[in-house]
Amino acid sequence: MSDLPQTVDENILAVRDLSFYYGDFRGLSNVSLDIAKSKVTAFIGPSGCGKSTLLRTFNRMYDLYPGQRAEGQVLFHGRNLLDRKQDVNLVRAKIGMVFQKPTPFPMSIYENIAFGVRLYERLSKSEMDLRVEWALRKAALWEETRNKLQQSGLSLSGGQQQRLCIARTIAVKPEIVLLDEPTSALDPLSTAKIEELINELKSDYTIAIVTHNMQQAARISDYTAFMYVGELIEFGRTNEVFVKPRCQQTEDYITGRFG
Amino acid sequence: MACLFLLASVPFANTNFMTHHLSRQFDLELEEIRNRILEMGALVERQVLGAIIAFHTGNLERMNEVMRNDREVDACEVGIDEECTRLIARRQPAAGDLRLILAILRIVTDLERIGDKAVQIANMSRLRRLAGEPRIPRLPDLDQEAQLATEMLRAALDALARRDVDAARQVIGADSAVDQAFNAILRQLVTYMMEDSRTVSEALDIIWIAKAIERVGDHATNIAEDVVYIVSGIDIRHTVAKPEEGA
Repeated sequence: MSDLPQTVDENILAVRDLSFYYGDFRGLSNVSLDIAKSKVTAFIGPSGCGKSTLLRTFNRMYDLYPGQRAEGQVLFHGRNLLDRKQDVNLVRAKIGMVFQKPTPFPMSIYENIAFGVRLYERLSKSEMDLRVEWALRKAALWEETRNKLQQSGLSLSGGQQQRLCIARTIAVKPEIVLLDEPTSALDPLSTAKIEELINELKSDYTIAIVTHNMQQAARISDYTAFMYVGELIEFGRTNEVFVKPRCQQTEDYITGRFG
Repeated sequence: MACLFLLASVPFANTNFMTHHLSRQFDLELEEIRNRILEMGALVERQVLGAIIAFHTGNLERMNEVMRNDREVDACEVGIDEECTRLIARRQPAAGDLRLILAILRIVTDLERIGDKAVQIANMSRLRRLAGEPRIPRLPDLDQEAQLATEMLRAALDALARRDVDAARQVIGADSAVDQAFNAILRQLVTYMMEDSRTVSEALDIIWIAKAIERVGDHATNIAEDVVYIVSGIDIRHTVAKPEEGA
């Protein structure tokens, strides 16, 4: 594609001519874009535009569903993640995902984090303790949970549960964190904490976030991609997209004229 | 920076430009602000014309009227500012809506200053009138300057009402003619003052008036620049070569 949208930063993920099918239905059509390293890229668009579908291809989440398939390339360190020979577990360790609803495992706060780490690394008890603390600190949850690590993860509030999920994701030291509407089930205060957390995490991780909340995209992202009916309509720096979008559809969407 | 254009390939349900927000109330609020800024513009235009007519006719009542009406101009400024603040807080406008609100906040300031210039013209006219019979005859260049500046103001407000970038650019281009007229007035008045020192006081009053009119042209230029910003998103203030066309 000649007019491939460019980022001005170093890129970590390159999507090339990506199409996605739910059976016969085409959910994504020839999407190409780059995800900048250590930046936040937000995907916005009306329901059904393909933004979650796109995010889910980044770590092969669709593999779980027969009948769903992707064409094209998602290049990560020069390898196509969509390649069948690609080890899916390795991909998901490097590209973690947090979902709309907090999904802590029905186990202790400590185990929620240690569980995933054990899948990839053999750590001693003391090393694991350190890793759990590190992840909880990174997710700004340590102070609230340090004295109740053996309590169930389900005992936490919704906002805390979501931060626990983020801690669980970063505990395996991924390079990219995918967030699929991570705050849509949270109250404004918990949302603000997650947004603050995203801002802190981006120095160490690349973040791609799908959000229905356009103001959230405006607040936290460096780049914004606007999608509509499976196509990427506009991609650019958030500062430009929200002040002077190039495409009329983007303008209409972010000013609340359709959606 | 680069953006992706897929306009032609996207099967959009409605290809027409969608002028309405999903929220009708938001539309009404923006419409209200647009109407108020245009009303303020019309008021300020009347003030300037009134002040210039009062200067020529020496009509004291007319001068007083201009000075009284300035309170109305000030009230418009405060009211529109408040309305914009409220709209930003409640609606978080983006893109074209955001640019419109930001530009209106600047335009309000320009209009208020133009209102002040009208007061200044009325006030200096009053001083000149009270000083006795004028020694300096009516200057054709001052008539021309006033005509050009008021035309610029009207054209800038028209361009704002119609979101017309071409018209706005013409306004910006017209400012140099006002500046030239002002310089011509200055040269003539300096000549009067050198020839007859009894004209100094009156000449200085007229210079103040001519300067005020010249500033009206500058503020009209600012408004026209804001119109370009609203429509195209390009900030052409303080650019040496004004770009010929929008994005």
